[in-house]
Amino acid sequence: MERIPILQMGRTLLVTIQVDMQDRTAMALQDDLSTRIEQTGATGVLIDISALEMVDSFIGRMLASISGIAQVLDATTVVVGMRPAVAITLVELGLSLPGVRTALDVEKGMALLAQAARGAVRAR
Amino acid sequence: MPADTAAASADGRQGSLPLAGEPDIVQCRQTVRRLTQDLRFSLVDQTKMVTAASELSRNTVVYGGGGLMRWEVLSDGLRMGLRLHFEDQGPGIPDIEQALTDGWTSGKGMGMGLSGSRRLVNEFDIHSVVGQGTRVSITRWK
Repeated sequence: MERIPILQMGRTLLVTIQVDMQDRTAMALQDDLSTRIEQTGATGVLIDISALEMVDSFIGRMLASISGIAQVLDATTVVVGMRPAVAITLVELGLSLPGVRTALDVEKGMALLAQAARGAVRAR
Repeated sequence: MPADTAAASADGRQGSLPLAGEPDIVQCRQTVRRLTQDLRFSLVDQTKMVTAASELSRNTVVYGGGGLMRWEVLSDGLRMGLRLHFEDQGPGIPDIEQALTDGWTSGKGMGMGLSGSRRLVNEFDIHSVVGQGTRVSITRWK
């Protein structure tokens, strides 16, 4: 089975989804990311979906689950690069991805994660 | 037309695609993308039709135990459209009204599949007989 690679940069995990995923590939990514957060102590997860031509309820649920799991493991998730046509379709489908933080691009997403990490340090 | 392989008529105006397992859901999305591109649908309309096809083909595979997508290119005067039929011989849906309610799920999804895909298309038709199967037809006009 195809697996989506997860890169580590400091305390951030980076995922770029570049293929039209089968459902089981999406489920595997969810499992792999959870494991990697725990192993690395990552505080941020950035998921780039700019190559995705479609997000249906299955992928939407996967993104929401990853955000929820990461939050419980003390990491912030940000989903970046959603195409406008995908965003329009997703909302009309009835999904607004509650609890999922988003940013327009990778740069803004990284800034958001840096900000969240600083906030966390202050809180400690 | 054989049900075990993808097929298309010589004029390219109708065809079918088997939906036996998960990889066929990906195949279905790619087929519908190509069809909507050929019809020069706008990018938003392409995305809506592909997303609806993804939801409905998953229903066919997961709940219907597999089946078939049939597609046809429509013309009504100058208007062009694409109609997709998702057919299975699975258990059928006992309460269609309930199945079309937002958030109603038999357990595996978010419950947006049927109700959500209805909002993404211009025409939506569902026919289901318990013990015999389900056919969902969707149409989007350009």
